[in-house]
Amino acid sequence: MSLTESQIERYSRHIILKDVGGAGQQKILDSKVLIIGAGGLGAPAALYLAAAGVGTIGIVDADNVDLSNLQRQIIHFTPDVNQPKVESARQKMAELNPDVKVITYQTRVYSENISEMIKDYDFIIDGTDNFPTKFLINDACVLAGKPFSHGGILRFNGQTLTYSPGHACYRCIFPEPPPKGAVPTCSQAGILGAVAGMLGTIQAAEALRCIIGKGKLLTDRLLTFNALDMDFRTINIRKNPNCAICGANPSITELVDYEPPACDLKR
Amino acid sequence: MNLIISGKSEEVSLNEGTVLELLKVKKVEMPEMVSVELNGNILRQHEYAATTVKEGDQIEFLYFMGGGSLNCYE
Ligand SMILES: [Zn+2]
Repeated sequence: MSLTESQIERYSRHIILKDVGGAGQQKILDSKVLIIGAGGLGAPAALYLAAAGVGTIGIVDADNVDLSNLQRQIIHFTPDVNQPKVESARQKMAELNPDVKVITYQTRVYSENISEMIKDYDFIIDGTDNFPTKFLINDACVLAGKPFSHGGILRFNGQTLTYSPGHACYRCIFPEPPPKGAVPTCSQAGILGAVAGMLGTIQAAEALRCIIGKGKLLTDRLLTFNALDMDFRTINIRKNPNCAICGANPSITELVDYEPPACDLKR
Repeated sequence: MNLIISGKSEEVSLNEGTVLELLKVKKVEMPEMVSVELNGNILRQHEYAATTVKEGDQIEFLYFMGGGSLNCYE
């Protein structure tokens, strides 16, 4: 397959980049990315990946758009309130770029459905809020040998790590989920909307660089930033040989659902 | 003693010199909220009380952070 005239124009600012070029753009058009969560991280990631021409974008979310989402979940607009997030996200991506095939999954992910969901995708973006799901995504991607981007945000802070087979995973840093209620969620602690945009955009850039195979991914490095002082750092992370999922003798060999978090603040 | 905490050189005074004590001095009240990396190795929580730090050690506090959506489940 070769690029059409309108594709050459649409993606000209990519194609002109030495590290992308026509061949890299073709890889992007042939790629499949799954975004889990159409929230603060998934929204900017979905828009940038659609704009970039990722051929197939899967988007997973069980919820409807809430008015309090709009402060940061920029793929959803005011008329979308009360509509399913995946449908709102699908519409925007389709309008932004008709080259993109969007597949929606209006569901939560859990141990029974995640492996089937991720198996056809090249890269997975974790845009979820809660730790049971973050650990599930990590474990499922490690077991399936799929690269994925971890993203976490709180108040003015963000952190992100990319897993790729053979490199450190999320559990190499955090062996177990935190106890219920120990870590405040964004709804309890707050989040600067633009911080979600910064982090989700970094996740999209990781997906694109993984697809074109250029540069150095955020593997074995945790990028953290504090947007209050606008201070960025990367912390080297070693793959833990005793990691329960990616270590030499893993104790986790099948997926488990951790107890759901106490949902004391639904809105 | 001098420690490199989050990339910055810092003078910290400790009695026992354990990671658990360092967490208290640095006002990390709930140790279960952080992962501690000492000289590049992630410690397990049950090791905090028995692991001591020494002059020049590099320590990172890696905090649990959730994600961008409002609800408990996306
Ligand atoms: Zn691991």
